[in-house]
Amino acid sequence: MNVGVIVAVACAGALFGIAAGYWLPPHGLRPARNRIQGGRRILLPFTGEEISRRSFEAAVRLAKAENAIIMPAFLARVPMNLPLETALPVQCARGMPLLEAIEQRASSLGVPVDSRVGRGRSARDALRKLLEQEDFDRIIVSADEDPRVGLSYEDLRWMLARVPAEILILRPAPEDTRRISIETVKGHF
Amino acid sequence: MRHRVVAVGLAVNARRGHLKVFIGMAAGVGKTYRMLVEGHAEQEAGHDVVIGLLETHGRADTARVAEGLPMVPRRRVRYRDTVVEEMDLPIILRRAPEICLIDELAHTNVSGTEHAKRFEDIKAVLDAGIDVLSTLNVQHLESLNDHITELSGVRVRETIPDAILARADEVVLIDLTPEALLDRLRAGKIYPSERIDAALNNFFKIENLSALREVALRQVAEEVGAKRLTTELVGSREESLAADAPHAVGERLLALVEPYPSAQRLVRRAWRSAQRLGAGLDLLWVRAPGKELTEDQQRSLAALRQLASVLGARMLEEESDDLIAAIVEVAARRGTTYILVGGSRALRGLGRLRTPLPQRLMQSLPGVDVRIVAHRSQRPNGSSLEAL
Repeated sequence: MNVGVIVAVACAGALFGIAAGYWLPPHGLRPARNRIQGGRRILLPFTGEEISRRSFEAAVRLAKAENAIIMPAFLARVPMNLPLETALPVQCARGMPLLEAIEQRASSLGVPVDSRVGRGRSARDALRKLLEQEDFDRIIVSADEDPRVGLSYEDLRWMLARVPAEILILRPAPEDTRRISIETVKGHF
Repeated sequence: MRHRVVAVGLAVNARRGHLKVFIGMAAGVGKTYRMLVEGHAEQEAGHDVVIGLLETHGRADTARVAEGLPMVPRRRVRYRDTVVEEMDLPIILRRAPEICLIDELAHTNVSGTEHAKRFEDIKAVLDAGIDVLSTLNVQHLESLNDHITELSGVRVRETIPDAILARADEVVLIDLTPEALLDRLRAGKIYPSERIDAALNNFFKIENLSALREVALRQVAEEVGAKRLTTELVGSREESLAADAPHAVGERLLALVEPYPSAQRLVRRAWRSAQRLGAGLDLLWVRAPGKELTEDQQRSLAALRQLASVLGARMLEEESDDLIAAIVEVAARRGTTYILVGGSRALRGLGRLRTPLPQRLMQSLPGVDVRIVAHRSQRPNGSSLEAL
């Protein structure tokens, strides 16, 4: 084999390598599976330090089936005597670790996540403001949430009547004791 | 228009005065009382002590303990249609006592005095070589303002930079249990009887006071820790370097963000770090000139702005085609001590030959820490998340 052929093969190999590197994931232009595209959006609102694992699992199943994005949303409440734009570091100290836990868990299951934070005079008000700003295809809530701290049954009724999205309300079940909580990320958040 | 203090006829004292601050969780814990008691002790030890400014708030115990200490009369300052009484800084400087007691460090002066804030008056007194004893409630510290506003539901307008407290030579915590403070309030020792009910229904709630006490205890513990570390550095190379460096009065974090969903996580991590360090947090997005955002990017940007607002961080948006220059300029302007970046997107083609962003930042910003925030879910050895 003469030198010319060897050089030609080497050049062709190099060109092929560069082209593949340019095109193929994870570095290339071709979209990787977990890269977020503008697909369906599933909202997973919560108000406290934990959410029902069933609602999370339902969100993951639907997101996988529909190639959708899970959008966990922490709904923070601003006391009436404070301006609506007030920073809420104390509530965030509870809500941010749970966003982290949900995001890590969903990412490790191969589901894209795009988090949100809503702020209002009540959980419903925060949710309403969030829904005014963005559209969601589905909203998943669990009916087992403590209505004193989270979304009440009145809020769920309001969602069914007013929110232009598919609402999935999970009825209470024995396995509701299984929760996703901020304990999951304790020590590394 | 503010006047400058003209030190005509005053000998400039080369020694800076010693600042001692009595800090507490709320009004009524006994800060002013303790300051006056120490003033008496100094007077009995033969020192020249005067009261520069005292706010008794009508408390008989406080007024009684002030007896026997000479007091500089307040001056009357005309402000719009009213006359307001303020501390008389020029008289204090002329009187030049050894020790001056000045209550309420965070007070805002009325327009027409030498300085806008009382802590600036106190600095002038210290610069004249006079020792100062002063008092402060923890909610007046700037960095704690948002936190305490949310805890108590009351936003304090008069704040002081944390650096003022950091520069104090001594910080003494005046501690009282919330229950004891409420007993004092109900007994009329803090406010007159007509204000007690309102106080009990608003600020003076046991949960507020417990939280404020925790904040005050933490704050003083951090001050003690910072001073201990400073003392350990005496004579070291670090000390001489620190003396040469511009004075960073505290940590300030800068998180570099882009309008993508992954930036949310970076912001959360940065905020958590800022909380632990007791530092301020800025978010910076450097936008290429003329760059149009996609709909998804616009949504991500709106979400970032909302997140920054809820967390109490400041979102900065700069337009520049030189990323590093923009970051360096913002870091210098904001006094950044710590930069957080997310994992870089993979580079293609000739871009692979470029020096990675964290290295370029370290070269351009010596003395600023750079941290790369990893994605936890991509750890190869699995994680506790599997236990969910």
